[in-house]
Amino acid sequence: MSAVLSPPGKHFELLPKEGDGEFLEVAMGPHHPSTHGVFRMDVVLDGERVVKLKPVFGYLHRNHEKIAEGTSYLASMPYTDRLDYFCSLTNNWAYALAVEKLAGLQVPERAEYIRVITAEFTRLQNHACLAGFLTQDMGASGTPLMYAFREREKILDLFESLTGARMMCNYMRFGGCRCDLPSGWLEQAKKVAAETPRFIDEFENLLAGNEILMARTQGIGKLSGELAINAGITGPLLRAAGVNYDLRKVDKYGIYDRFQFKVPLGDHGDTYDRYYVRVLEMRESAKILQQALATIPEGPVMDPKAKLRGFRPKAGEAYGRIEAPKGELGFYLISDGGPNPYRYRVRPPSLINLTVLEDICLGLTVADVVVILGSVDIVLGEVDR
Amino acid sequence: METLEQIKSRLTHALPGARMEIIPNDSPSGQLSLLVDGAHAVAVAKFLRGDLELRLDYCSNATGIDWPEAVIKTKIKKKVVVDGAEKEVEEILETLRSGCLEVVYHLYSMTKKHGPVILRLRTENRTDKTQLPSLTPVWRSCEFQEREIFDLYGIGFAGHPDLRRILMWYGFKDFPMRKDYVAPDDFEYEPTPHDEVLEKTRQHSAREVKL
Repeated sequence: MSAVLSPPGKHFELLPKEGDGEFLEVAMGPHHPSTHGVFRMDVVLDGERVVKLKPVFGYLHRNHEKIAEGTSYLASMPYTDRLDYFCSLTNNWAYALAVEKLAGLQVPERAEYIRVITAEFTRLQNHACLAGFLTQDMGASGTPLMYAFREREKILDLFESLTGARMMCNYMRFGGCRCDLPSGWLEQAKKVAAETPRFIDEFENLLAGNEILMARTQGIGKLSGELAINAGITGPLLRAAGVNYDLRKVDKYGIYDRFQFKVPLGDHGDTYDRYYVRVLEMRESAKILQQALATIPEGPVMDPKAKLRGFRPKAGEAYGRIEAPKGELGFYLISDGGPNPYRYRVRPPSLINLTVLEDICLGLTVADVVVILGSVDIVLGEVDR
Repeated sequence: METLEQIKSRLTHALPGARMEIIPNDSPSGQLSLLVDGAHAVAVAKFLRGDLELRLDYCSNATGIDWPEAVIKTKIKKKVVVDGAEKEVEEILETLRSGCLEVVYHLYSMTKKHGPVILRLRTENRTDKTQLPSLTPVWRSCEFQEREIFDLYGIGFAGHPDLRRILMWYGFKDFPMRKDYVAPDDFEYEPTPHDEVLEKTRQHSAREVKL
């Protein structure tokens, strides 16, 4: 086979092929609605079948890590919001967790609860919207997405009243959270959390058994558990492939050992499983939310020993990771005793989950590639950093 | 899980000749790491992945670090006899640290649910001997991450299936994550048709108007 990827600049090309016909090389993206951002896939096609696929990154690259190495620890906190801009609160948490490991800070009880509550709300809205975008990619023009957005709106309103921003929350700090819950917030949050299972039922009724959804997703883009582990796939993708690995259960970071919840697993590792695992995870998130909101204690939200200004952790290094909605989000920090991190590294789940994109797309049609990419769930702010 | 000491002693037993060193970590995280020489890195990685006790089947994070040449100042206390009386004097000892590039791998086990075991590899210097073996054949999750290290730090990974720039554009020369990298100030300059038009406008407005 002589399918070669063309040098940059050429956007499509006819390539010779053994036997009859020709291969066609097409650049899918970077400006295409189905790529969920500025992302390009160079695909070599045999008719409509994918023969080769190479993702091309970097359109949104701004060297986040270099910028963070040039500023103080605290100053990169608002910058972490911009990584996976759909889930800024989990990004904050991952960074705060890594710094807390590096400096040995404790987090007060109430702050841990607030972190769990906001993170689970984040997961809920991320998964709901992902399911909406996925069906949108399949041609369900807007309706399921708008159902999800209606729900997301309620959650973003909660975030806004708590942090002052709907998406760029910049809420967590090393050793706690920036501010306490405003009055009436808990009641509103309880109301939203109590309505969630009903929304998931409604959403599922809308989509479950839908013939187009089944036909477009079942048996498409199968990923085996073995390959998923070796390729470092994390998050719902990994669990859809049948591997039981959820950092909330494995690492039990924060206070996740106090809540009762299950880890949904898939059987086939296909696109349908990836969609359905997310729906089930939303149900589990709703359970965690109800438990956390019922038992949140009173108290301070910041460790009194934590220092925000002039924060200089001792020389050393730490790797902290959490289960973000898209997978394992890790921060690796090296301190040389100065006010800036010597090395600041983000382990982006979106980028590493794309490792297997070629493997699961080979032999399928272009239309399937769109759906599979939708089910991987990437955010380009995090892929390119 | 075993401690890193135990892992190291088993490794030296299984792979005689491999040079290994435990790198201390003063931070409260207590995450120690194991420095392995480049020649044995793949063998060590295969051992760690295949060992039934460890089963480190998942490489979570791979990243580079730049250590330029630096003078390390350490304070030591010395006893000096001054005028017959013994005194303790602080002295600053300066040692030259040679520069190198480093790659760090964070390994976990999904089957056994433990970790991390941290591997480090170092290049000989920062200029010409920047080759290291690739661990992508062992853990495929390193594929994009090693490409990123190559792109931003300039470490060449021998045995990587597809070593190209990943974030920076083709034709970019430098390695932006290195500590001594200076961004050019005309970064985004590129000749556009506008320049020609602007030049024409300038000439047009500069000419003398005869009435």
